[in-house]
Amino acid sequence: MAEPLLQIEGLSKRFGGIIASNNVSLDIATGELHAIIGPNGAGKTTLIAQLTGELTPNAGHVRFGGVDITQTPPFRRSLLGLARSFQITSVFPDLTVLDNVALAVQAHAGHSFRFWRKARRDTALREPARAALARVGLIGRDEAIVGTMSHGEHRQLEIAMALATRPRMLLLDEPMAGMGPDESARLVTTLRELKKDYTILLVEHDMDAVFALADRISVLVYGRVIATGLPDEIRNNAEVKQAYLGDETRVSHA
Amino acid sequence: MTVALTPRNIVVTLTVIGLASVPLYAAWVGNNFVMILVTRILILAIAAVSLNLIMGYGGMVSFGHAAFLGIGGYVVGILAYEGIPSGFIQWPLAIIICGIVALIIGMLSLRTRGVYFIMITLAFAQMIYYVGSSLSRYGADDGLTIYRRSQFAGLLNLSSKVVFYYVCLALLALTILLVWRIVNSRFGMAIRGARSNERRMRAIGFPTFRYRLVCFVIAGMICGLAGALLANHTEFISPAAMHWTRSGDLIIMVVLGGMGSLFGPVIGALVLLVLEEALSGLTEYWQIILGPLLLAIVLYARGGINGLLVGQRHG
Repeated sequence: MAEPLLQIEGLSKRFGGIIASNNVSLDIATGELHAIIGPNGAGKTTLIAQLTGELTPNAGHVRFGGVDITQTPPFRRSLLGLARSFQITSVFPDLTVLDNVALAVQAHAGHSFRFWRKARRDTALREPARAALARVGLIGRDEAIVGTMSHGEHRQLEIAMALATRPRMLLLDEPMAGMGPDESARLVTTLRELKKDYTILLVEHDMDAVFALADRISVLVYGRVIATGLPDEIRNNAEVKQAYLGDETRVSHA
Repeated sequence: MTVALTPRNIVVTLTVIGLASVPLYAAWVGNNFVMILVTRILILAIAAVSLNLIMGYGGMVSFGHAAFLGIGGYVVGILAYEGIPSGFIQWPLAIIICGIVALIIGMLSLRTRGVYFIMITLAFAQMIYYVGSSLSRYGADDGLTIYRRSQFAGLLNLSSKVVFYYVCLALLALTILLVWRIVNSRFGMAIRGARSNERRMRAIGFPTFRYRLVCFVIAGMICGLAGALLANHTEFISPAAMHWTRSGDLIIMVVLGGMGSLFGPVIGALVLLVLEEALSGLTEYWQIILGPLLLAIVLYARGGINGLLVGQRHG
């Protein structure tokens, strides 16, 4: 098997007495859609923050494409091809939709010490931005001010911005959070398309979406990975059932 | 591209025509009072436009911007005192030294955010203020009289109030053009993005610190030029030019006129200085009238006076 694209080795993060990540190790292969599930407070967001560089782990290593990025700042990880979406929508509310995505394109189009030419007339930025918007199905909203859009559209925009950075891998932190069933279903379709082209790490509460999309699933409980496997293995894993799914047949935290 | 006949464009056009004809008016009435007042407005408008670049577009609320007015002024004053009256040396040096000082202040203060940034820029400005007060060779607290305005080898005679007026007007126009191009360039989009959501900017791959720092330096340099003009205008420079209340005045101009709009700071400078002139003729306590007026603008017109003219907040 080829070297995994993302390697997480013995990652630990403590906040005072709380261990948010406890010796987490995961390998994510190129082309894989790997989902991470776990109850609230399991440390999923902490793990993502260490992968994006917003938090530095107390121990362990993160390797991306064979390069150790444990100490690499967030902007450089993005430049290496590791893109993310945020659990709580994080966009530029006072700019237009196209501006938002064009900024993501611009970040990867060399330095921005260009003071004279108008960025909004720059087709080298606008065209790839439009393509990314089309990819997530956000069409005809180019000039809308982001702050005035619906929650579902914000979630689509999040992903379009990640795509616009031409990443090798997507870290999607609960992309379905707060979405209605129709919107979720549409996003599942989008993600199924994206899966063909990108390696994806998906953190998600929506079990239907996870089991529909994931190649492999890891279950995180109290900061520890208690199981990693194919969807069927996870569904039938006794420890997972006990720790996470509990006695109820369906659990939804969304 | 056609220019729409919006209230704002009408006001801007009338303002430009009005500003260009101020010296004609002065010659007609045979009194320079208005022209001297408007010269001061033009110079402080340059400073306000530069503050708006970092504050309105970049979200960096500096409470020490007047320091660059003072430094620019002192460069002119000290060089004139030491027998170097050439504007070709004075003005570029004022700009360069302000750039270096802005680089140092920016490198330290841009690591902080919000109120801390306001306080640290204020602290730096106060330090520079006290440096000015301790320059005993150059008048210390009493300031330094400048006996000769900057010399431009016979090309420009700044001793002529009319020539100086048009130089200030041209430099204001140039500053507005420069800021307009900057804020709409790739650099400008990076700056606006960093104001809007810095965490997101880093996540999509922007090293935001270096862009914010360069923006801070550019604003400092433009304000340094305004300082050089101000020293020539008053033919005097003293630490009072960089007192924190001067920095406050610049902030008021930007907020009053409209943060993050191209012409807002110019309108703000105009309105503030004209009000100051008119109200201080009425009463010694003119700030009692100015205060509530400013409150009303902040509370009811978030885009400032420019926002009222446009009818919405102008990006």
